[in-house]
Amino acid sequence: MSTTTVAHHDEHHDDHPTGIMRWLTTTNHKDIGTMYLTFSLVMFLVGGSMILGIRAELFKPGLQLMNPEFFNQLIGVHALIMIFAALMPAATGFANWMLPLQIGAPDMALPRLNNWGFWILPPSAILLTLPFTLALFGVGDGALATGWTFYPPLSVQGGIGVDFAIFAVHLLGISSVLGSINIIVTIYNMRAPGMTLMKMPMFAWGWLITAFLLIATIPVLAGAVTMLLTDRHFGTHFFDAAGGGDPIMFQHLFWFFGHPEVYILLLPVWGFIPQILQTFSRKPMYGYKAQVYSLWSIGALAVVVWAHHFFTAGMPVPALLYFMYSTMAISLPLAVLFYCWIRTMWKGSMSFETPMLFTVGWIILFGIGGLTGLVLADVAADAQYHNSYFVVAHFHYTLFAGGIMGIMAGVYYWLPKMTGHMYNEKLGKTHFWLTAISFNVTFIPQFFVGLAGMPRRIPDYALQFAEFNMISTVGAFVLGLSQLLFVYIILSCVKGGKKATDNVWEGAQGLEWTLPSPPPYHSFTEQPVVK
Amino acid sequence: MQGMKKLGVGAFALFLSLSARADFTWNFPEPVTPMALDTLHVHNKFMLITAVIFVAVLAIMIYSIVTHRHSKGYKPVADKAPSTAVEIFWTLIPFAILLLIDFVIMGIPAYHSVVMMEDTRDQSTMVIKITGSQWRWQYEYLDGDAKGIKFVSNLATSNDQMHNEADKGEHYLLEVDNPLVLPVGEKVRILMTASDVLHNWWVPQFGSSRVAVPGFIRETWVQVEKAGVYRGQCKELCGKGHGYMPVVVNAVSKEEFAQWANKKQDEQKAANDVKEMTKDELVAQGKVVYEKNCAVCHQVTGAGLPPAFPALTGSKIATGPIFGADGKYQKDSHLDRVLNGKGVMPAWKATLNDTEIAAVITYERNALGNTAAVDALVQPAQVKAARE
Amino acid sequence: MALEQAQVAANKKLALKLVWIIAGALLFAFALVPLYDVICSVTGLNGKTNNTAESASKAVVDLKREVTVQFVSSVMPGLGWNFYPKQSSVVVHPGQVTTVMFEAKNITSEEVAGQAIPSVTPGKASAHLKKIECFCFVRQTLKPGEVKALPLRFFVSADLPKDVQEMTLSYSFFPASQ
Repeated sequence: MSTTTVAHHDEHHDDHPTGIMRWLTTTNHKDIGTMYLTFSLVMFLVGGSMILGIRAELFKPGLQLMNPEFFNQLIGVHALIMIFAALMPAATGFANWMLPLQIGAPDMALPRLNNWGFWILPPSAILLTLPFTLALFGVGDGALATGWTFYPPLSVQGGIGVDFAIFAVHLLGISSVLGSINIIVTIYNMRAPGMTLMKMPMFAWGWLITAFLLIATIPVLAGAVTMLLTDRHFGTHFFDAAGGGDPIMFQHLFWFFGHPEVYILLLPVWGFIPQILQTFSRKPMYGYKAQVYSLWSIGALAVVVWAHHFFTAGMPVPALLYFMYSTMAISLPLAVLFYCWIRTMWKGSMSFETPMLFTVGWIILFGIGGLTGLVLADVAADAQYHNSYFVVAHFHYTLFAGGIMGIMAGVYYWLPKMTGHMYNEKLGKTHFWLTAISFNVTFIPQFFVGLAGMPRRIPDYALQFAEFNMISTVGAFVLGLSQLLFVYIILSCVKGGKKATDNVWEGAQGLEWTLPSPPPYHSFTEQPVVK
Repeated sequence: MQGMKKLGVGAFALFLSLSARADFTWNFPEPVTPMALDTLHVHNKFMLITAVIFVAVLAIMIYSIVTHRHSKGYKPVADKAPSTAVEIFWTLIPFAILLLIDFVIMGIPAYHSVVMMEDTRDQSTMVIKITGSQWRWQYEYLDGDAKGIKFVSNLATSNDQMHNEADKGEHYLLEVDNPLVLPVGEKVRILMTASDVLHNWWVPQFGSSRVAVPGFIRETWVQVEKAGVYRGQCKELCGKGHGYMPVVVNAVSKEEFAQWANKKQDEQKAANDVKEMTKDELVAQGKVVYEKNCAVCHQVTGAGLPPAFPALTGSKIATGPIFGADGKYQKDSHLDRVLNGKGVMPAWKATLNDTEIAAVITYERNALGNTAAVDALVQPAQVKAARE
Repeated sequence: MALEQAQVAANKKLALKLVWIIAGALLFAFALVPLYDVICSVTGLNGKTNNTAESASKAVVDLKREVTVQFVSSVMPGLGWNFYPKQSSVVVHPGQVTTVMFEAKNITSEEVAGQAIPSVTPGKASAHLKKIECFCFVRQTLKPGEVKALPLRFFVSADLPKDVQEMTLSYSFFPASQ
């Protein structure tokens, strides 16, 4: 990518190609952001329908719809799709759309790289799901059946689905690393004059820390799955006791990436949630500095707590204690964040449009995820929680409520800005209530069924778990179907609706609201100056 | 909106009606070991604390949501950051509360629990080795009254029940043919390993859970305080049969345990005295052994689940010769594969007796659509010889 | 709108620096493999023991203390051997050099090589079990029907943590990879 081509390319943007070529070759941050968000929405539905298949199977005891092999494939691919192809691209989509607008930049710093970063995603999603189709034609025995965590020796034993998943993870990793480079460079080099780091919007902070976590940990995941690949095909023994390796080492490598990954999914949301709060509370966000420092501390703690994901694998007592206490320590900066969020609402002048509803719901439900996470840090009790449905419920409170519902808040918040139309407020609110209630109906029973002793990742279960599972499945179907309403709201908002004003929301603050809705193809022909 | 609320109330009512049922719990099942009791206390305490935090914070939020509304004309104040001493104090409070909870209120009991879990000070009275393999548990008593006893514990629930063709029994998926028997009140050290992939031996009422790693040994301990039958499951994803490898522990008094151990040892000795059997006897017994141990992968029909689990029907191994000219079994012959295993196929020599192995091989060679031309019959004596 | 030339150059420069971080992280991932082994051998994280001979001269005998060392054996799928310890456990003083015997028999009709993998529990004891001579240091090859006595000479170092009274040494015999 030479300097001249970039400049050259950008100069010709005014008469950009139309149709499919526009999207294939675009280097415009808004186009790419739109593609990320669209891809994310599509994959959200794909991953969601997989889990509905699982919930349908678990509706009652006995095998109804699928065999255990297929069940195992669905759970792992569901997780990989939701994490890598739905949540992460959604956050990257917002970064592309909003970061340049928020920091007063004309575009992302590396537009060509940006295009590549996106176009790696669809092929990797296809790679991940292709083994399902291949199996229909008698090639291989289906997709990855090890759960998304790839634990050897099961993953060494597995079929071609594991290889496909490894390559898919490599590509997804490259994509997010490219995205991260771009975001870091944009934030460091492209801010409007006068916008010092400590004047940046919180979303930029959230993403900056996310991007650093990504470039530091994705390579470790790439390394771990590469070792797995060579163990599978080239006779190495990284994870094989027979050759002097250790299967548990994979868990260390995997979770060295995997725990920061949780914050990679959440930090961008923690970035824009305070912005939504200040908009609808008509009051500036409380404790900006405290929040920035908290984000940094969480980012730092994220890389030193990984082994709490496998306390039961066996560790010396000092290691158990260290990982327990360091994990508990994450609650300290999180408490400060919660305090600041709620304090931003406190004595504000709140109104409850859909983005605010999602944000308030988000704080409450993510709070449950956070508190149960604190409980899970306890090594002794973890022997019971570990790999039970309690954990499943916990991480859906953090990643569905804390992740996806946060993203939905962002969608409703910025959709009028992106499309120039207001969405249907009534339908939006309906979508919120349907989502929030059915989410709880789905996952509250899973807490109890986990405490009662139901392990996760089993295709069939003992009779004492039947009632809770039935409720959970009913909840899941309502939750899944409610998301069709979400798609409808977005589509009709893109097509038309009430014109949105530049400011959209009465209390909105930030540079993105100074531009017209929708913003022109090239935002900020004159770079704004921040005082 | 109104409809939504009704739905919520309905769901809540459904929840309440469920609590009338006695056969499931809202919390950990009744603890029967010191470790499980400790775990339950830690859990209850921690849950209570988090519930109090949650309710308190929620109450503050709800107050604010109700009071500080634009629609009520509430004028926002303009506080941006903690600036006065009072504000800084308030900001530090959540931090301090959690500091106290993390490292004092919960941190100290958690410390003691960890030390208890990893306790290696006392000499245990009994040692058991548990080997996880796809998809069954093998138990071996290493010392004491029961020394030398070893057996496999398989899921006992029938296929018909799983496929909804028969009514499900009370202990659906949580029943086995040979439960582990433990004496009440004794500290038992449990050594854990695996023969193929990771497994995790878990009985919720024992409060201990440890991953079994192939090639490595891990340990935990249990001391069951109350006689009874305790059920659990594997809780580390270990392939397609992961949901089908339950753990059943029968805790009995010391006297009953000694009796059981004597009986089991006699049985095991008796199994060593092999006798000549007819083809029909072998096939009949082999069918039982096959359906218990082999059918999960190779299927009841022998069709297998290729490519992972090859078909036995028409397979070269199941129909080809077993014994060479010298009378010894050949490499990669049917007997070799059953005795010693290979890759995913477990080695059965450690867990099935001579008669069982002879029977299952004879069954596989004369049923499942196979009629082996050579070595159609394998006698227990031949298996016994092959072992030595 | 075109980016300024200077801006483009600066962006490229920073991006390249970030690529170095990524390369470093990738290198770190592979460096973790030997690092993990080091951490394990120091802390006994995974229960591995030394795989080269320890010198007997390092043994300091502590007659006041007794430790039970128990032996457990497993034969992994694919290896047609019988393999078991001749004694299920021994009681030793820390520092006392002891020899115990294992026995392996090849019950197949072909020559087979196997590799024994040791593992000790509790993990904190693993670094204190010192092997002077062990059949696990090299792969073992057995002719058809051959019986082989496999000796292990070891001592438990005197600085074994006080709360360990009982430890288990497990050997899993794997078919040796060709």
